[in-house]
Amino acid sequence: MRRFFDLASSMDNIISLGVGEPDFITPWAVREACISSLERGYTSYTANAGMLELRVEIAKYMKKQFQLSYDPKSEIIVTVGASEALDIALRAIVDPGDEVIVVEPTFVSYAPLVTLAGGKPVSVGTTVETNFRLMPEQLEKAITPKTKAIMLSFPNNPTGSTMTEDELRGIAKIVEEHDLLVLSDEIYAEMTYDHTHASIANLSGMRERTILISGFSKAFAMTGWRLGFVTAPSDITSAMLKIHQYTMMCASTMAQHAAIEALQSGMEDVKKMVQSYKQRRNYFVKSFDEIGLPCHVPGGAFYAFPSIKNTGLTSEQFAEQLLLSERVAVVPGHVFGSGGEGHIRCSYATSLDNLKEAVTRIERFMKSLK
Amino acid sequence: MDGKELEILQLIEENARISDETLAKMVDLTIEETRDIIKELEDQKVILGYSAVIDWTKINETETVTAMIDVKVTPKRGVGFDDVAERIYRFPEVRALYLMSGAYDLSVVIEGKTMQEVARFVSEKLSTLDSVLSTTTHFQLKKYKHDGVVFSDGEEDHRIVITP
Ligand SMILES: Cc1ncc(COP(=O)(O)O)c(C=O)c1O
Repeated sequence: MRRFFDLASSMDNIISLGVGEPDFITPWAVREACISSLERGYTSYTANAGMLELRVEIAKYMKKQFQLSYDPKSEIIVTVGASEALDIALRAIVDPGDEVIVVEPTFVSYAPLVTLAGGKPVSVGTTVETNFRLMPEQLEKAITPKTKAIMLSFPNNPTGSTMTEDELRGIAKIVEEHDLLVLSDEIYAEMTYDHTHASIANLSGMRERTILISGFSKAFAMTGWRLGFVTAPSDITSAMLKIHQYTMMCASTMAQHAAIEALQSGMEDVKKMVQSYKQRRNYFVKSFDEIGLPCHVPGGAFYAFPSIKNTGLTSEQFAEQLLLSERVAVVPGHVFGSGGEGHIRCSYATSLDNLKEAVTRIERFMKSLK
Repeated sequence: MDGKELEILQLIEENARISDETLAKMVDLTIEETRDIIKELEDQKVILGYSAVIDWTKINETETVTAMIDVKVTPKRGVGFDDVAERIYRFPEVRALYLMSGAYDLSVVIEGKTMQEVARFVSEKLSTLDSVLSTTTHFQLKKYKHDGVVFSDGEEDHRIVITP
């Protein structure tokens, strides 16, 4: 990823499909709330777990969108991005030598964060044959007496894959049998296009063993604000809070004020952005199929993960040659772990004009390979 | 109206020049289905026309002046404001006409090549109408946003090229 970044950054006239963040700017009302918070002089620390007013809004949001009930006083922590939530969750639950199952291909931070927490990441690779969903048998096979937890993320970065409630039920059963915890990163939940988002915490017996991680980065187009949150039973959040209070103290106050506004008045903007992502997904995936890059239909997030196997190139070679010859930046699939090789991640969080131009250039590149 | 029709309307309102092929892919229909829907919406006069939003101030020789005129009128028995409204909107100079509540009755948007042209319209055509009691003319000085479109150079993509 770093090497690609350096290479891509050194060139001009690049069309980037390499970006893992929204191309929208945070809705104006939210930016305005931040400015107003500054004008009124809110420049001091907040409670460690975050402003209670914000936690109350988060609880309402979780209830309304996902039918999940959490107590704002004891079961919600506002964090510095979902990234911090992932870190403190792992540090709170992992003892030295514990194994944590990481379902790949997935967000690049998971395995390193497990290692940093003193645990051992155990990779389970999913493939396009199962639409990058985790099969219960795969999970069962990876579990050892040392397994402490499993990290799940649907809709997924980089595959865009989603899992329905029924499909998650098979996973939940095994998690319960082996008395594991689940770290469920649902930061792309709002971007679920073809069915309603299913949260594993909603399945029977799962709420008490699920740490649900989410945030404002993707749905509200707030990546730079560094604001996320985590919900979990209070014995887990209280362990997480100890780490959070000594490392971060609290998330940024202006960002928290903005987030309250986002939850209170931003859902219309979220809907509009999601509609636009869905239209671009439809356009993009169909176009990929037409130019000979088979692509499973990603049910969520804003990534397409087409297969490049029939070109005979590795994903790294493909990405590099595409960048050098056509100036289109994509991310080679192997960086996302096991199962990612043979694919490239192409973000469609970019304008339709860019997508069209990218498709034209990739098609030309494909023809040059023959 | 089903979801696809609304989606198509929203997309072509934003960009009427989008190709049928791209549009079809975006809303997940065939090109034929998409064309049928558009045809139907045109027939029903839901789609009234296709136009471009142009920033004429960037083209010197075509600069125009726009004025909004508040008009007070005496409504006529039986036809209310409709009669005088019709007399006014038939003038080609009139870009838009609204019946308002509040301090005046009609809001007339006029576009002309020069200030004199607008002034002449107001003094010779508008204020001489029988029912017109008074007019107040406001000239537009600068267009910041029109029909939902912001008149400034597009925003740049500030994102770095590759992020996780
Ligand atoms: C699956 C996943 N989790 C977490 C994050 C990080 O989110 P945040 O910006 O809230 O730290 C990302 C960002 O790309 C992501 O894709």
